[in-house]
This record gives sequence, structure tokens and C-alpha cells, in this order.
Amino acid sequence: MPNTRRRSKLFWPLAIFFALFVIFLYGPISTIIILSFQGPNGGLTFPMNGWSTHWFYALFEQQRVGDFKGSFLRSFSLGLIVMSICVVLGTMVGQAYRYRFRGAGALFYLSVASLIVPSILISLGIGILFDRLGWTPAWYTSGLGAHLTWTLPFALLIMLAVFNRFDKSYEEAARDLGANDLVTFRDIVFPLILPSLVGVGLFGFTLSYDEFARSSLVMGEFNSLPLEIFAMTTNVTSPALYALGTVTTGFSFLVITLFLIITQRLQRRSTHAAKNSIAKNIATETEQSGLVVTQT
Amino acid sequence: MSSLPREVFQGQVATQPAQVGRPTFKLRSIAGYLLAAPYALILLAFLVAPIVLIVVVSFWQYSNFVMKPAFVLDNYREIFSAVYLATYLNTFKFTAIVWVCTLLIGFWVAYFLAFEVQSTRIRTALFLICTVPFLTSNVIRSIAWIPFLGRNGILNSILIALHLTKAPLDIFLFSDFSVVISLIHLYTLFMVAPIFNTMMRIDQSLIEAARDGGASEWRVLREVIIPLSGPGIAIGTIFVVSLVLGDYMTVRLMSGGQSSSVGLAISNMIGGLQYPLAAANAVVLLLVTLIIVGALMWMVDIRKEL
Repeated sequence: MPNTRRRSKLFWPLAIFFALFVIFLYGPISTIIILSFQGPNGGLTFPMNGWSTHWFYALFEQQRVGDFKGSFLRSFSLGLIVMSICVVLGTMVGQAYRYRFRGAGALFYLSVASLIVPSILISLGIGILFDRLGWTPAWYTSGLGAHLTWTLPFALLIMLAVFNRFDKSYEEAARDLGANDLVTFRDIVFPLILPSLVGVGLFGFTLSYDEFARSSLVMGEFNSLPLEIFAMTTNVTSPALYALGTVTTGFSFLVITLFLIITQRLQRRSTHAAKNSIAKNIATETEQSGLVVTQT
Repeated sequence: MSSLPREVFQGQVATQPAQVGRPTFKLRSIAGYLLAAPYALILLAFLVAPIVLIVVVSFWQYSNFVMKPAFVLDNYREIFSAVYLATYLNTFKFTAIVWVCTLLIGFWVAYFLAFEVQSTRIRTALFLICTVPFLTSNVIRSIAWIPFLGRNGILNSILIALHLTKAPLDIFLFSDFSVVISLIHLYTLFMVAPIFNTMMRIDQSLIEAARDGGASEWRVLREVIIPLSGPGIAIGTIFVVSLVLGDYMTVRLMSGGQSSSVGLAISNMIGGLQYPLAAANAVVLLLVTLIIVGALMWMVDIRKEL
């Protein structure tokens, strides 16, 4: 929404406030990134006792700081599984809301409830459930389920927001040309929502990769990375803890950047794809050139 | 761009005149159910069933780390002892303080992005800067405060350098202060994003009309912007309140055992294998959350705000 008037009196005070907020957001993490380069004799606080990458190497010695490699691989795999489920089921349930079904309102409120339910309840409840069923909790069963209660509802919310802003005219055009539901979805809807699906994937992966509270009691025998880090806070009192923080945060940033680049690329292409698909079949001019795919 | 007429689930599948005999015709009537089923089943298995079990188990008895099916109210009675009431009060205190702070910060950050930043590209970039930390680890973001707030931390160094204190202060880390700071740090984005979203939908002409009518900045804010941002504030509040009420990771990490919350108490009971007691507390915590959130949902239709 372009704001045409001149800068208000509030601009500079608020700009400074915003800058302070950004410092507040990034300051602490910057501190531990710097401290993770402590020299071999450095401590958990400033001053820096020389500079080294000593603590990063320490991460790979399992007996010293816990099972970093194993927990990272588990969290990474779990993130990928959660991401795939979110993208597939998110698309499906998003489409379901467009076909309408009885209980749609209830399912929506259940999804909101899933997000607001105190996280310890999920951990406790799934723990009791598995205990009563005599199943052994594991990261790929109970842990996965716990993560899905947090990530799937976000996928639904994103898809509902996407379809609320969806321009139906391409779909109508495809149908007028005789395409059935599946073809319309494959050639028109899917390319249009693809950038948003990448967003759903990003949320699914990163929220799972960093999830702690809901899965803390149901990961079973082997810890995910956040659980491993949490355990480390009580028994690792060296900058190795910060080195781990630096590595995983760096990894998160890498993933986010990757997803953003993909989204941007796709966004540029997706509108074209849908248009071309229609254009292949119809030569008349389309009036829908103002199509906007809004993506949250 | 004026405010769009919004209808819930506007973008339904484009309808077409029903063609009798089309193979997809019958499938269409159940397509919604088939597509929603896997999603619904996952929520049933990992959300509904566990919560039902928690409610059931909260009436059970336990002794020597073993729980027995029963129907007793002992677990609930125990909650109303002085120790637990203090824990509940402490949790409400954290929630209230964090809510007020995140609301004030979140509102002005969103206001700045929505109304003061002129370029769409810069606005998107700044919003992304606010969003990225949300996608990184909460545990790391909490412990990141330790070198800042600690005895030899940056804050103390600054205070000493400014001659505001002679000896380093211990009050910053492992106290209610560090818990609150950390929670605000973790959850402010949940306030910024929904408020920003509703502010971006405010019809600019309303604001201009108010200004042309001679309203001061302050009056525009009070009578146009704040009322129209109401749904965003409500959604932000729902997130922040429910996240803080249920928090136990931050309180454990940042209070250094000096403070407690209901979530932390529950996780300690689970550690002590007192599942029925933990379940009873979980039920109470859930009810408190649902009452607050229910009241807020009654004021705002979330579906319209997506």
C-alpha cells in the first residue's frame, strides 16, 4: 500500500525504535557467534582469550560434547520428512477447503487448537498414548507426530491464505477448454501455488528442525539436535556450546536463503507457466494480466 | 489498492455447469472428504487422542511410580495447595508482562513497517529481517542471552564503564528478568506478523479522510488505526499468551531454578513419573488457555484474517 504523503514526525523515532528492535533480535546470537571463536583457553564470556576454531573441531569428538553428528542427521531427516508431509497434505487439505466438506469449520478450529495447545500437553499426551499402547517412542513415530501438530496447521493456514487470494479465472479458462479437475490442477493450480508450497516446505522444515517443546519427551532413545543442545546446556561449560549454536544457526540461515531464492525464481516463472498453458489452447487475449499470486 | 471484499474461502474451485455422465462428477462430491482425511487423521491421532488420554489419566491414582485406573479428584485437589497456586500466579505474571511488552513492541514495529516505510521492497526486506530469527532454534536464542546478561557479561561491562555500578550485578541472569527478556525475544514476532498483516489491509483512504477532516496523528491512530488493527492484535495475543502460558524451556534455562511456571512444574512431575498429577495440571493449564483464547476468538474471526 503506497503511502504518498511526506515522512511524518514519527518516522525517525520509529526508525530508531525499529533499529533497536533489530539489534535486540540479532544482538545475542551475534555475541555467541563471536564467542564461539574463543581461543582454546577461552571461557563462556568475554573477554576473548585469543581466536581459534578449536571449539568447532571439538564438536566432532563425540565423548566431549554429546552426539552432535547423530542428532544433526536425525533432525535433518526428520525435517525433510515433516516438510514432505506438510507440502503434500497441505496442498490436499487446501484443495479440500475449496471443494468444501462438512466439518470444515471444526477442522479449522481443531487446527488453531493444535497451535495454541500448551506444548507440554503434546509431549505428555503422546507419551501416555504410546505407553498405553505399549509402543516404544522414537523420533520417526512419536517425535514425527509431535512435530506435525505444530507444522501441519501452519501449512493449512498458509494454504487457506493462498486460496483466499487465488484468481479463479485461469482455472475457469482451463475448464472451459475442457480440462478435467486433475489436468486443471496439474497444469494450472499447481504451478500457480508452487511458490507458496515452497514457503510451506520452508516452514515445515525449519519449524521441525528447531522444535523442542512438543517433542522433548517423545523422541525416544535418540535425541534430535535441539534436545541434544538443551542437554548440553547443563553439562557442557565450554565455548563448544556456542560453536554448536553458531553451526546450527548458520545452517538455518543457509536453508532459509536457499528457500527464498527458489521461491523468487518460481514466482517469476509460475505465472508464466499457467498463462502459457492457457495460451497453448486459446489464442484470444486474456484480460487477467493483472494476476497476483500473493504468498505469505 | 483498496480493501478487497473478502469472503471466507473465496477461492473455491471454479464451478462449471454440471455435465451429466462426466466421470469426475461423483468423485467431486466426496473429493473434499478424501483430500482432508489424511490431515484430519493425523490431528486426531496426535492431538485429540493424546488430550483425551490426558483428561482420563488426570483422574487416575498413582503410587510408587505406577499409575492405576480410577476416578479420583486427588490430583486436582493437590493443585489448590499453596505451592502450586504460587506457581500458577507466577505463570500468569510472566504471561501478563510478556504480553504487554510484546504488544507495545510489536505494534510499533508493525506500524513502522506498514505506514512509515514507503517502498514495498524495503518493507518486505525489513519484514524478512524480523522473521528470520523465528526460523532458528529457540534453545540457541535463549542461551544466547547468557554471555550478555551474566556476571561478566556485556551488560555489566557497559554499566561499569558508564560508572552506573561499581561491582557487577547478579540480578540480570538466572532471574525473572532474564526469563522475561528471553520470552519477549522469542515471541515478539508472533505479535508483529498478525498486526502488520491487518495494518496492510487498512484502506489508506480512510486514514487520508481522517487527516483531511483535520484529525491529528494521534487521533488517526486512536480512532482509525488501532480499532482496525484489532483483529491482528487479538491474533498476536492468542499466540503470545498461549506460548508463554505453556512455556517450560525458557523458564528452566533462564531462571536458573529461581523461578517456576506451570509448564516447568508439569515437566518435573513427568520426570518424577507422577503422570496423573502432571495430567491434572495439564488439564487446568489447557482450560485456562482455552478460556483466554476462546474469549479472543469470540471477538475476531480468524478465518477472515488469513
